[in-house]
Amino acid sequence: MQQPAIDVSNLRKCFRKRNGFRKSTEVWALDGVTFYVGEGETYGLLGPNGSGKSSLIRILSTLLIADVGEVRMRGLELPAQQEQVRRIIGRVSVDAAFYKKLSARENLLYTALLYGQKARDAEKRAMEILEQLGMENSKFSTPLEEMSRGMQQKISIARALVLNPPLLLLDEPTTGLDPKSRRDVQTFLENLKRKEGTTILLTTHDMAEAERLCARIGFLAQGKLVAEGTVEDLLKKANAQTLDDAFIKLTGEELLDEELVAAEN
Amino acid sequence: METTMRQTWAFLFRGYHLTRRYIGWVIVFNFYALVTSATVALIGVAAGNYQLTLTLVVGALLWNYLSWLYQEIAMSIAYERWEGTLEYTFMAPVSRVVHLLGVSLYSLINSVITSLIVLAGLVLFTDLNLRGANLPGVLVVVGVSTLAFVGLGLMAAVFPVMSAERGAEATHIFQGSLLLVSGVYYPIEVLPRWMQPLSAISPATYTLSACRKLFGVGMEGSTPERLAGAPLSAVTHELLVLALMGAVLLPLGLWVFVKIEAWAKRTGKLKRTG
Repeated sequence: MQQPAIDVSNLRKCFRKRNGFRKSTEVWALDGVTFYVGEGETYGLLGPNGSGKSSLIRILSTLLIADVGEVRMRGLELPAQQEQVRRIIGRVSVDAAFYKKLSARENLLYTALLYGQKARDAEKRAMEILEQLGMENSKFSTPLEEMSRGMQQKISIARALVLNPPLLLLDEPTTGLDPKSRRDVQTFLENLKRKEGTTILLTTHDMAEAERLCARIGFLAQGKLVAEGTVEDLLKKANAQTLDDAFIKLTGEELLDEELVAAEN
Repeated sequence: METTMRQTWAFLFRGYHLTRRYIGWVIVFNFYALVTSATVALIGVAAGNYQLTLTLVVGALLWNYLSWLYQEIAMSIAYERWEGTLEYTFMAPVSRVVHLLGVSLYSLINSVITSLIVLAGLVLFTDLNLRGANLPGVLVVVGVSTLAFVGLGLMAAVFPVMSAERGAEATHIFQGSLLLVSGVYYPIEVLPRWMQPLSAISPATYTLSACRKLFGVGMEGSTPERLAGAPLSAVTHELLVLALMGAVLLPLGLWVFVKIEAWAKRTGKLKRTG
């Protein structure tokens, strides 16, 4: 069997939250998460806010170190081989973090240089990507602060892809985008997978997006991966008609709401 | 090697374009540095004492250079946290040594330019005659003390890694403490007795002491028409201490930064979400 592009086993991450000067409580952001993503596969992680999606992406991005568990990216172990892992991943986060005063061109060239790439090659590739994302070339020299959130997010995607990584970690890349921008990004990701065979791990709130883009989907709730499989698998498992219903049934959100109502009564 | 060169260039490229985009603020900060230095130096002019004027000019000029260098390095991490780009820098396959030395190199260029502007202004305001000063010797001392201040800047740069909110405040407190104990504008003997030992651990103390001798402050034979700058051999002690501090602080600064980065990644201090 081919080795998975991403292989996560029994991953646990706990944060300490201070309550006053001496007391602190433990919050388990990830609690025994195990899954894999095959080469060239698009895998979706669905979960409410605080479910651990971003923590997971940050561990895979080498920005957070897990307490327990194993992570292998194309056979490279984290955090021991983080330097090599950084060469094969690209990340897009929900907040497009840039030097806002700098233009798209300046931000992208800075990233390319940081990764040791030739500026001219990177600029050419960035222009191609932005064109495919439906962005005018004239915007290339505009400071980021003068761009809409949708445009900034497209630049963020171009930044991740200008490095041509085989592994793409997308943390809610279309959150807050207008419908057209969202469609542009989704179409681009479909083409990317088809043409380049890029492996994509996508976190999202958008069920339709997950259905459209992902071969398999995992439901994450309170740090636990409560279910995973194809859309058909999940619908069958939850005995539901829609992915929305399956999500609510399998993550127990409905049960929690009922408990809350009962408690309030 | 080519990759390392490009990565180092990345930080110069970023710094140059940020300076260009914030040029209004850059002019304001340089103007403020010039006016502050001139205001201090004019105290000596008002007293009609060229030795006092020279003491203050050397203090203002060197403090401007060293503090600007320290601050630019220390605050570069704070700026990245405010912009949210620090995570992307930490995610890039660039060694921390190349990252921090790239940042330091740009800060050094910036500090030299600002100091030249301040020097030009001080000469205009005070009409000082620097003939006879050992200027090559001053450059040697400043060069050696640069290493120690880069090391201090790197150590202070960990504060913004530890806390986005409080980190920048801590770097300024540390900078203020150096200003207080290093004898920038007054002899350290006027400090409270309990505070005086602190001056011995500040590299700025040795830089200022050596440079004042090299300029001819308090040297026999110095007159307003011609200064009697000491030879480099007269500041061997200060040079050795500064070299030792540089040799310790620079690698120590890098080591501390790497350790704090690892701690921040374990505890989720870079950013805690979801």
